[in-house]
Amino acid sequence: MRNTGEGNMQGLMDSGRETSEFTELQQRLVFLKVGVMLLMGVLVLRLWQLQILDGAYYRDLAQDNRTRSVVLQPARGLIFDRHGVLLANNVPSFNLYVDLKDVPDRAELVRELGTLLKVDPKTLATKLQPRGVLTRVKVKSGLTLREAALIESHRLSLPGVVIQAEYQRNYPVGAYAGHVLGYVGEISEDQLRQKEYEGLIRGSIVGQYGIERTYDRILRGRAGRKLIEVDALGHEKRTLSVEKPRAGDDIYLTIDFRLQKLAEDLLGEEAGAIVALDPTNGEVLALASRPSFDPNQLSRGLSPRQWQAILNDPRYPLTNRAIQGLYPPGSTFKIIMAVAALATDTVEGSDSLQCLGRYRFGRRIYRDWKPGGHGLVNLHQALVQSCDVYFYKVGHRMGINTIATYAKRFGLGQKTGIDLPGERAGIVPSPEWKQQTRGEPWYPGETISVSIGQGYVTVTPIQMAAVVAAVANGGLAAPPRLLLAVRPRETERLVPAHSVSAKPVIQQADWLPQVQAALASVVTNGTGKRAYSAVVPIAGKTGTAQVVALRKREYEGEVPKVLRDHAWFVAYAPTDHPRIALAVLVEHMGHGGSAAAPLAKQLIEAYFQQNKEAVSATP
Amino acid sequence: MDLLQKGKPLQMLLGSTNERRRSERGFDAIDWCLIGVVISILFLGVLSIYSVTSSTHQARFPIYLKQVVWIGVGSLAFWILARTDYHKLARFAYVFYGIGLIVLLLVLVAGKSSRGAQRWIALGPVAVQPSEFVKVTLIVALSVYYASKARHGWLYRVIVPGLITLPGFLLILKQPDLGSSLSFLALYLTLVLAVGVKSKAFGLVVLSSLMVFPFVWGEVWGSLHDYQKARIMSFMDPMSDPGGTGYHGLQSRIAIGSGQLWGKGLYGGTQIQFKFLPEGHTDFVFAVFAEEWGFLGSLVLVMLFVALFLLGFEIAAEAKDRLGALLAIGVVGMMAFGVIVNMAMTVGLAPIVGIPLPLMSYGGSATVVNLAALGILLSVRRHRLTLLQ
Repeated sequence: MRNTGEGNMQGLMDSGRETSEFTELQQRLVFLKVGVMLLMGVLVLRLWQLQILDGAYYRDLAQDNRTRSVVLQPARGLIFDRHGVLLANNVPSFNLYVDLKDVPDRAELVRELGTLLKVDPKTLATKLQPRGVLTRVKVKSGLTLREAALIESHRLSLPGVVIQAEYQRNYPVGAYAGHVLGYVGEISEDQLRQKEYEGLIRGSIVGQYGIERTYDRILRGRAGRKLIEVDALGHEKRTLSVEKPRAGDDIYLTIDFRLQKLAEDLLGEEAGAIVALDPTNGEVLALASRPSFDPNQLSRGLSPRQWQAILNDPRYPLTNRAIQGLYPPGSTFKIIMAVAALATDTVEGSDSLQCLGRYRFGRRIYRDWKPGGHGLVNLHQALVQSCDVYFYKVGHRMGINTIATYAKRFGLGQKTGIDLPGERAGIVPSPEWKQQTRGEPWYPGETISVSIGQGYVTVTPIQMAAVVAAVANGGLAAPPRLLLAVRPRETERLVPAHSVSAKPVIQQADWLPQVQAALASVVTNGTGKRAYSAVVPIAGKTGTAQVVALRKREYEGEVPKVLRDHAWFVAYAPTDHPRIALAVLVEHMGHGGSAAAPLAKQLIEAYFQQNKEAVSATP
Repeated sequence: MDLLQKGKPLQMLLGSTNERRRSERGFDAIDWCLIGVVISILFLGVLSIYSVTSSTHQARFPIYLKQVVWIGVGSLAFWILARTDYHKLARFAYVFYGIGLIVLLLVLVAGKSSRGAQRWIALGPVAVQPSEFVKVTLIVALSVYYASKARHGWLYRVIVPGLITLPGFLLILKQPDLGSSLSFLALYLTLVLAVGVKSKAFGLVVLSSLMVFPFVWGEVWGSLHDYQKARIMSFMDPMSDPGGTGYHGLQSRIAIGSGQLWGKGLYGGTQIQFKFLPEGHTDFVFAVFAEEWGFLGSLVLVMLFVALFLLGFEIAAEAKDRLGALLAIGVVGMMAFGVIVNMAMTVGLAPIVGIPLPLMSYGGSATVVNLAALGILLSVRRHRLTLLQ
């Protein structure tokens, strides 16, 4: 043996012990060699089995004569409110699929299905166009039991037609929170080409609006696949392999559903929006927009005619007024004016200005809402009484650029970044802005209008909620957000969403208490008295957004509703250590003090009563 | 090898004084055999990658050409290491391994993640998979450990090297990369077995369980509850198919089986061309090859690998010292583990754990590392104990 020869050789150089170990090592090689060879032998045997013994079977499978790949759609993640109230889940539903490979005569099938299901043959025919490699197409979702039974009983004359039980998105709370939750729908051709939807196939259900859209990636889950053996009619004979779908992750929203429901009920049939925030961290407690829609209907798929009806509805139910509705802020803008005036030392809190009910600027006369005027008022009184002339004068002194700077610091003119699609930014006008968008110079008189929140300035209700939240929170603005936590399927452990830390709106805010005190007085003895609550001290500011400048004489008696002003009320409570801040906007309801303030009061009271219950319920 | 065998002990005895110096020789028949086998396997790999990726023409720089570039880089490493005396490597063994562990830590902290696993480090335009490189440093480190001193008893033969292996194993498992961490473990077991533990029973248990594992795993796994599997898998690797019974496993078996005796020829693999089987150029490259070249082609490929292993064992047997032998065993062990587990998973005998086929699967890091390891093997061969020629 050569090995032992070498071993001897080594022995001349090394100690005897080392040599014997080296020899031993080489002898052990035999074991390893045999082990490896045995395993390779097993592999060859297995290849023999697969390729020679069962080769014909696998060839048939490969030729796809008898196999079909079926996509198993995952269950979408559930959506809960902050207290665990279920807002969106999934229910089983029957969907009708056609495997184009198994259809000998497509025209015939269109006729048959058309009569059985009462589907328009033309839309059916376009759905049955083969596209790409995928040959199994969804023809109809949400079959009724009757329809399913009808199809099943005709299965012999319907080759290639398969009914599959799948998930249907369901919103147990009905039309409530429709604008927050959004709805789902089949992925569109456009979306299929986008990177965000990479890996999805036609017929996949994705979020199309609201939270469903924003967090689609979290909620979506991953589709599975099933390889089945089929008979000549395309019906499943047996399952060859299954890759289970992975359900999407669950989401917890910052929404407090009881508050949300109350907000929507309070708005009732009126068009408008209510946004309630936790001022300390930006968590959205309620985000209501009326009129709304039932996400269940939209998720089940509407007919083109139903779609048209919704799109042509003059009340725009698909517009989320809370984040997309642009309104002049009216007198609620005076909060920002007051902050700007104090921050720039334009006025001192004790400085009094004369209000005679009118303010002459150039050749125009700007009126106060109170015909006789408020007399001599300081900043506190001007806010409490919502004196227009005071702010005309202050606005004129500051100039439009200063006003614009502070409005922008409060987040106006830009999106709040709320996690919903389609948010609008609104407008903070400035000479630059006007030159760019209209190509006209800024007229000084326009500054006067902006001073009381009229003219070009427009805001969304969520922006105003953020403004009042920042004032409530001592000048710190926390960006509003809806995502509280995610619960991944795998771990089932709640993962809190990243919160963006609050940013200071103004550097030094030692005079901010003056504004806060004025807002508290607005409710105790000012324009917002109707928001006064015995339960909790509330601070707020009324606003009336002019739709058209009305001249009283033109309308005798009733003003048509579409021309009436929008009512604003922004508020927070309690006045010390505020825990809720909100903005209420009701379209065409006139004065904020009468139409919007009572809603704010009811919401705030409900919020604190409910929390008291929650506190006493948990010992 | 016959040439060398004749009268060798005599020659060696005569030349023993000269042999104190380390010898370096030209190539002989065994070396050329080894190089030829490696080149053949590499060629078949590139051919299969070419076939898989030819239907997807989106890339400006096709994948098979990238693989050729990697083979070029690997060949350079092969050449350098083959010409380097392996004793020089041994001097830095622990340093290399230590650096490797630090890099693995870096991967966890600052690595690139893809599909739920964090395995890569971006090095300019290329992503490097450090776990591959650490494998070779482990071979060298363990070989040096066993060869530098006589190691006796359980503590020094099994426990201490186990502790050397453990940090690397855990760091790779954490990525998570079940496949690479298992091959890390396999390296350790191979070397422990090669060195031998005093208890024959222990050796038998380990060896036989290693051999039986692939065949009983399916049963064990199948007996677990779904949620148990989910727990384990979310810990290990979200992308894998441990039961081997899922979609990928079946598609792979269909691909191989439908190749039958003669195969479907180049580009003929319908399974692959129609994308029923994903990862055709990486983990499932053997399925591609077997579908296109049939049982006969597979047999040739298996023979090539068998030849490579036998040559490697031969080199181990002829090594000049313990270090050389252990290095050779380590390299062959690493290759053999990869080949056997990869093939076993593609033919449905083992769980699909994501181990590429050495020298054939597409992958820059693995290709370079495998060629470098073969360079070490050749270095052992070239510095073995013979007369100067």
